[in-house]
Amino acid sequence: MHIVDRRLNPSGKNLANRQRFMRRAKSQIRKAVHESTAKGSIKDADDGGEVVLPAQGVHEPQFRRSSHGGLRDHLLPGNKEYVAGDTIPRPRGGEGGGSEGSPDGEGEDDFRFALSRDEFVDLFLEDLELPDLAKRKIASTEAVTWHRAGYSVTGSPANLALNRTVRNSLSRRIALKRPKPEELEALRAEIEALGDNPENEQRREELLAELARKERRTGLIPYIDPLDVRYKRFDPIPRPVAQAVMFCLMDVSGSMTEHMKDLAKRFYILLYIFLKRRYKNVDVVFIRHTHEASEVDEDTFFNSPETGGTVVSTALEEMAKVVSERYDPDSWNIYAAQASDGDNTASDNDRTASLLTKELLPICQYYAYLEVGRDAEHFPPGFIRRDSDLWQTYTGLIKNGAPMAMRKVGHRRDIYPVFRELFAKKTGAEAEA
Amino acid sequence: MSVAINASGLLFDSADWDFSTIQRINDAVEEIAVNELGLNVYPNQIEVISTEQMLDAYSSIGMPLFYKHWSFGKQFARNEALYRAGMQGLAYEIVINSNPVISYIMEENTATMQALVIAHAAYGHNHFFKNNYVFKQWTDADGILDYLEFARDYVMKCEEQYGATEVERLLDAAHALMSHGIHKFPRRRTTDLRTEEKRERERREHDERVFNDLWRTVPGNDSGRQDPTALERRRALLELPQENILYFLEKSAPRLLPWQRELLRIVRIIAQYFYPQTQTKVMNEGCATYVHYQIMNRLHEKGLINDGSLMEFLRSHTNVVFQPEFDDPRYSGFNPYALGFAMMKDIERICNEPTDEDREYFAGIAGCRDHMNVLKDVWANYRDESFILQFLSPRLTRHFGLFHVTDDAEDPHLKVEAIHDERGYRAIKRALARHYDPAYFTPDIQVVDVNLAGDRKLIVQHRTMNRILLEEKDARMVLQHIADLWGYDVVMTEVDPATDAVLKDHKAQARPGIVPLEAA
Repeated sequence: MHIVDRRLNPSGKNLANRQRFMRRAKSQIRKAVHESTAKGSIKDADDGGEVVLPAQGVHEPQFRRSSHGGLRDHLLPGNKEYVAGDTIPRPRGGEGGGSEGSPDGEGEDDFRFALSRDEFVDLFLEDLELPDLAKRKIASTEAVTWHRAGYSVTGSPANLALNRTVRNSLSRRIALKRPKPEELEALRAEIEALGDNPENEQRREELLAELARKERRTGLIPYIDPLDVRYKRFDPIPRPVAQAVMFCLMDVSGSMTEHMKDLAKRFYILLYIFLKRRYKNVDVVFIRHTHEASEVDEDTFFNSPETGGTVVSTALEEMAKVVSERYDPDSWNIYAAQASDGDNTASDNDRTASLLTKELLPICQYYAYLEVGRDAEHFPPGFIRRDSDLWQTYTGLIKNGAPMAMRKVGHRRDIYPVFRELFAKKTGAEAEA
Repeated sequence: MSVAINASGLLFDSADWDFSTIQRINDAVEEIAVNELGLNVYPNQIEVISTEQMLDAYSSIGMPLFYKHWSFGKQFARNEALYRAGMQGLAYEIVINSNPVISYIMEENTATMQALVIAHAAYGHNHFFKNNYVFKQWTDADGILDYLEFARDYVMKCEEQYGATEVERLLDAAHALMSHGIHKFPRRRTTDLRTEEKRERERREHDERVFNDLWRTVPGNDSGRQDPTALERRRALLELPQENILYFLEKSAPRLLPWQRELLRIVRIIAQYFYPQTQTKVMNEGCATYVHYQIMNRLHEKGLINDGSLMEFLRSHTNVVFQPEFDDPRYSGFNPYALGFAMMKDIERICNEPTDEDREYFAGIAGCRDHMNVLKDVWANYRDESFILQFLSPRLTRHFGLFHVTDDAEDPHLKVEAIHDERGYRAIKRALARHYDPAYFTPDIQVVDVNLAGDRKLIVQHRTMNRILLEEKDARMVLQHIADLWGYDVVMTEVDPATDAVLKDHKAQARPGIVPLEAA
């Protein structure tokens, strides 16, 4: 009989099947993923987790008997009171007592399974790419990380490369024919064995001489020579900064309804997940504004109502302030997403435009403006009704080649397409510009 | 006892085990199984696996290697989710009918559980696999692993050569027909899976040798088609009617490519390999459970396991053979372990301490005092249906409180036809046996005709039983798969076999994808 330990076999044998399954159910999984982001806070969104697929999509059909109609017989254990000839009223839902139907696969539940975080995000952000301009600043700002780079003859004892050192020592000892301890041991044993017998005197002399020679040699050739010692070598590698800050700017004045805020929130979630995948460190800054702006936490940002007028430039000023205080553009990639219903105090438009072009756009990798509308006003994306103040202002900026994008969204089903449109691979010239 | 090492003579004295413990357990179990019970087994190979590997094995029908298909990934995902949520435990073992028999045991099991599992799988199931006539007739334990390896490689090669989507489409269709890809009656030749693989190679080489593109372009080769005698002959050649739909399509579907036929064949052969297991569930589990029960008790008698281990074993044994009653929320049909084990124990009892009733019904074996030989004969020569028909005793029908209920959709009430009394005994036995007849639990669907003269329409018939129709949505989907493979229209009629009245019919039109369609 053999006993085989299979636990050491490489795991993930089923990966190929899983990938096939994911590919097969892709459209459904994608849908489930998108639905699952409807709930939960921005930062929870990219933890992955369980998705539920409708059973039908990955159903494997078989010829099987229907569970209704016809004449059926059931053989059941546990009779207590029935005798032959009794009649039993048919229980609700069909069938008498047992559930003979279940082996026939009556009614499959929805299919529930867990996606890993990577699978989740991959599906979520398929085909999306940060715009090229993301690289603009990175080249100039460098941080240093240390990487292993072979061995060196000098270094700190903490970095001693033990294996390499002993290997060198061994080859040197072999090359110089340093006697092995076993050889010496054998010689001594032989001398011992000869004893004091005078017949063996000559042999004994020889062996003693040999032993003395070898012992001298052992003394001369050290076990480990300073020549053998090697240290692990580390080289500094300059690395581009991999941190980003995401500014969420939102108009919270009275004209923004819950529905609009919900749309904005969804957009921010998407952006957050997307950035999170590209950068190790993503900070999120929430700035809300009415006629004045302040930095707030996420909960306040989305949930506490405010009243007041609408002066967009205040938010931009606040953002500029936060940037100068905490996020040096040289070491941070800055992304900003602004959501608004498009209202702005008329006198503020010029100031908004100049703030954007002069201060913010030069330091931002990407600036997205999302104009949220009411559900009832839903219209196909691209169709332009009367443009809002902000829309007109920003259109002017884009015409001058500013690195920003803007879209209108009226319904939550548009959020994802719009997001994809903004970050789709090979963004051509801004479609609407 | 030479196998025991520690002073007390126990095989192990804690829940922990290592490989030498397993070896000792196996030796002690083998001693009892082979020398005392006289079992005849294939050599054993015991493999220790982790949870993930157990889930893996689950998703590829318990086989150690299998071709790739999304449905296995789906299985895995489902089982994993259930397992992680704590809604489903894993089996303690999986055993593979190959030579040597491979038993998977889980690393989480305690030493007692490992002993139980080895007795159950490596000796109980093993004996059954090697000796039962259905397995002898239908499966080739020596070749299965080689064949699965061939299948895996072949599918992989096809994916490379023809594209993963093409292969997936074909396998989807083939899997849908898996339950109708079985020859229910043995033919002359026993299958030998190694030869199978060789024959495939030769078939292809022959095709390549004799292929001559000129023939394809010779004009006017359609002229002979209308000859009625040729049609008759062709129909005989198609071996109609045919209940093995996969076989029929593999041999006769006009437009399939050789590699597509080969894939159908692979699915069909694997389905055939599992066919014995579906018709011997009760016996197989009954045999294995009976064997582990005997062996574990013997180990205890011989002082090789302590009282604690015996209690642990009995607890898990009792769980395994638990049969909830029909009004229990846990009831979901008969537990094959419970029924099988009870029947085996009952045979033992009839042999050793028969009552007058047993002497009346089981004159042949009652009181023969040699229950092991009787059981071995039973394990070798019956399948579930015949086994129950022959050996379910009146005493057991009373023990389980069996009763037979009929449910006619046209009546407002269910009717109790028979209960566990003297009058009802035979009826109950017959009805229970019928539930284990493959002809009863798989719908009878046959290819009955092909319209060769005209549009090549394939005609499939479902001979209903007790007026129960097919589940419509599924039936339509499977029929669609048949049409895709066949390449032309397919109709299926559901008929009442008594009157030949058509109860329902379905149609499907071939979609492009698997085979190229003729331009309309």
